[in-house]
Order: sequence, then structure tokens, then C-alpha cells
Amino acid sequence: MNWFLIMAYILSVTSFLCLVRIVSGPTHFDRLIGLNLMVTNITVIIVIMAVHYNYLVYLDVALVYAILGYVSVIAIAKYLTGRELHR
Amino acid sequence: MIIVADVFFALGMLFISFGVIGIMRFPDVYTRLHPAGKAGTGGVLSIFIGLMIYSGLSHFSWRIFLIAVFILITSPVASHAIARGALESGIKPWEAKND
Repeated sequence: MNWFLIMAYILSVTSFLCLVRIVSGPTHFDRLIGLNLMVTNITVIIVIMAVHYNYLVYLDVALVYAILGYVSVIAIAKYLTGRELHR
Repeated sequence: MIIVADVFFALGMLFISFGVIGIMRFPDVYTRLHPAGKAGTGGVLSIFIGLMIYSGLSHFSWRIFLIAVFILITSPVASHAIARGALESGIKPWEAKND
């Protein structure tokens, strides 16, 4: 078993735990924290797969995924700012 | 040179695992932002530095460097936006119960 695959498995387990936080967060901002960390974990998984399988195109996919995750998190945070939705 | 990359991989996996445990265990939004920020910058950048050392000077290392610089800039901005939104939305910070 290669170490890259073991790291990808551990990162998929951590992103699943972030998904548990997204489902069971008490407020909306807990769900947003879980979304931010899950996007970052999946970006790391894509980069590790690109280095392991020697595919150069996956790094562009990882960059686009990171940009989309950042824009979505900023947009949802700006949408929820100042709204009394948490109770 | 592979040993240095393995040390960075182990450091990054340790950061991300402890960050996710902190997200699962901490009681509040503001306390959950702390391990989320540490796992989002420290662990990810450690893994990217390890991958850059592993792949040497090639097309891979330059693009991984680009993604690492992007995440280094944008992850604290996202954490700051979440914290400011939670504070302006009126969420009270958690306090310990002194029984």
C-alpha cells in the first residue's frame, strides 16, 4: 500500500467528519466552518491524486475547486451577516 | 530528501486530524473557528510543501506552489468573514458553567 493512498483515505475520513458537522451544526456558521474545511480537504485529496497518478491536469482541477469553494464560502458568509436566523 | 517530505506529510496529517477532532468536540462557533483555521492553513501548507519536495523541480511543483499561495491568502479571509458574520448576527460567545 502506497503512502499517498493511505493519506487520501485518512483525508476522506476527515472530510466525512466535516460532513457530519455540516449536517448537525447548531447554527448556520457551524455548517459554514464545516464546508470550508471540507473544501480544503478535498483540494488536498485532488493534489495528492495528481502527484500519485502523474496527471498534470488534476492540478488545474484542484485550483478551480479551491477558487469555487472560496467564492461560495465568502458569498454565503456575506449573505448570512447580520441576519437573525440562528434561533 | 524523501525523509524530509515524509516528515512534512506526517506533520500535515497530524494538523488536519487534530483540527477535525477540534471541530467535532468544541462547543461554540468561535472556538470551532480556531482549529478550523489551523487545519486550513498549517496542515494543508505542510502537505503541499511535502509534495513540492517530493516532486522536485517540475511542472507539478510550480502549480502546487500556486495552489498553496492561493490557499495561504484565502483561508484566513474566509475564517475572518465567518467570524464577523457570526458576531454581527448576534451569536453569544460560549462561557464555562461554574457550578
